[in-house]
Amino acid sequence: MSAVTKEQVFDWLSEVLDPEIPVLSITDLGIVRDVVIDDRVTVTLTPTYSGCPATEVIEQSVAHALRDHGLDNATIKRTLSPPWTTDWISEEGREKLRQYGIAPPAEPAGKRVLLDSGRSIACPRCESTKTSLVSEFGSTACKASYRCEACLEPFEYFKCI
Amino acid sequence: MTGQDALLSYILRLGDNALVIGQRMIERVTGEPELEEELANANFALDYIGQARMFYAYAGELEGKGRGEDDFAYLRDGQEFRNFLMVEQPNGHFGDAIVRQVLFESFYLLQLEKLIDCADTRLAEIAARAVKEIRYHLRHASQWLIRLGDGTDESHERVNTSLGQFWRYAGEFFHGDDVDDLIAQEFDGPDLVSLARSWRASVESVLKQATLSIPDDTFDQTAFSKAGGRAGMHSEYFGFLIAEMQHLQRAFPGANW
Repeated sequence: MSAVTKEQVFDWLSEVLDPEIPVLSITDLGIVRDVVIDDRVTVTLTPTYSGCPATEVIEQSVAHALRDHGLDNATIKRTLSPPWTTDWISEEGREKLRQYGIAPPAEPAGKRVLLDSGRSIACPRCESTKTSLVSEFGSTACKASYRCEACLEPFEYFKCI
Repeated sequence: MTGQDALLSYILRLGDNALVIGQRMIERVTGEPELEEELANANFALDYIGQARMFYAYAGELEGKGRGEDDFAYLRDGQEFRNFLMVEQPNGHFGDAIVRQVLFESFYLLQLEKLIDCADTRLAEIAARAVKEIRYHLRHASQWLIRLGDGTDESHERVNTSLGQFWRYAGEFFHGDDVDDLIAQEFDGPDLVSLARSWRASVESVLKQATLSIPDDTFDQTAFSKAGGRAGMHSEYFGFLIAEMQHLQRAFPGANW
């Protein structure tokens, strides 16, 4: 056990992908809150949304990844506090989202962002800010649907929440 | 009643409201007027079911009798549910659902905002998670109510009728009992009198933009209004709702994925 370090565990977790946005790892997404190593390894995760159907799948994937590295009795805990916001997505994660064709959250999460819209979202393909909102919702609860008026491509936007 | 008893009852009420309105939203899946609404409604329902699970899981721990999320949702009889009558009313048409959502979520949002600072850490954490979702829901529903109210004569007339129908269920939000009192006193929870004021201001601002007016100008809480949810006395529609929701567990006890 003494051979395992926190960094190593984080490294392994950075290979566990979000099942709904499979270019992002769970560390990019910022949902790994803590790794504690004493006589066993405890990983603490936080859900993105209350009803996120991926939560259980992610917990199973984490258990699986740790087992693959010989940790058979890791504990996976869930915490709600502090609540996850899009601010937890790493810089690297934002770049990966852009490359994948999803516009990353445009500004820090907060009450104001949730209550009024009207900001311009840059197209992840051509970077034009001439874009329009098609729908507040997309393929998952965390995304809205946009259209780029410059390159005419539809794209998804990861909402600030 | 001790503070801990009140806390358990209060958390079950929160879970019941979330579960029942979530179930009503699930009934609307595939029946929305356009694709955007299909996505919105299904996502809202998912948020509510997720919130209900968090409340029930915590209630099970507080109760300490080994009951979990599924036991509370599937194995309780109608009289044991403590949700508001408003959330169990049938869906009606799209405008009805939007009016109900604006009236209920305007209350629920204020309730959660207050609970974020309450003295029970776990409840405060759940509220902090849920509040982000409900803000988004309410924004969406309010935009629709404004569009319908300030839309055609037909849409205005229909949501105006919906408002009249649902309004009489709103008074119940503020008919507090000893559970609400204890939550306010011992856990620094919401005070229903000031919540009623904020609720009215918030609803009125949306209604104004929607060119609708509050049906009963005096808003006398004791006036013609329906209540009973806090005591487990439901409207006749509720039995049908839980019969459908619980059917699988009742027919095949212990069924699992």
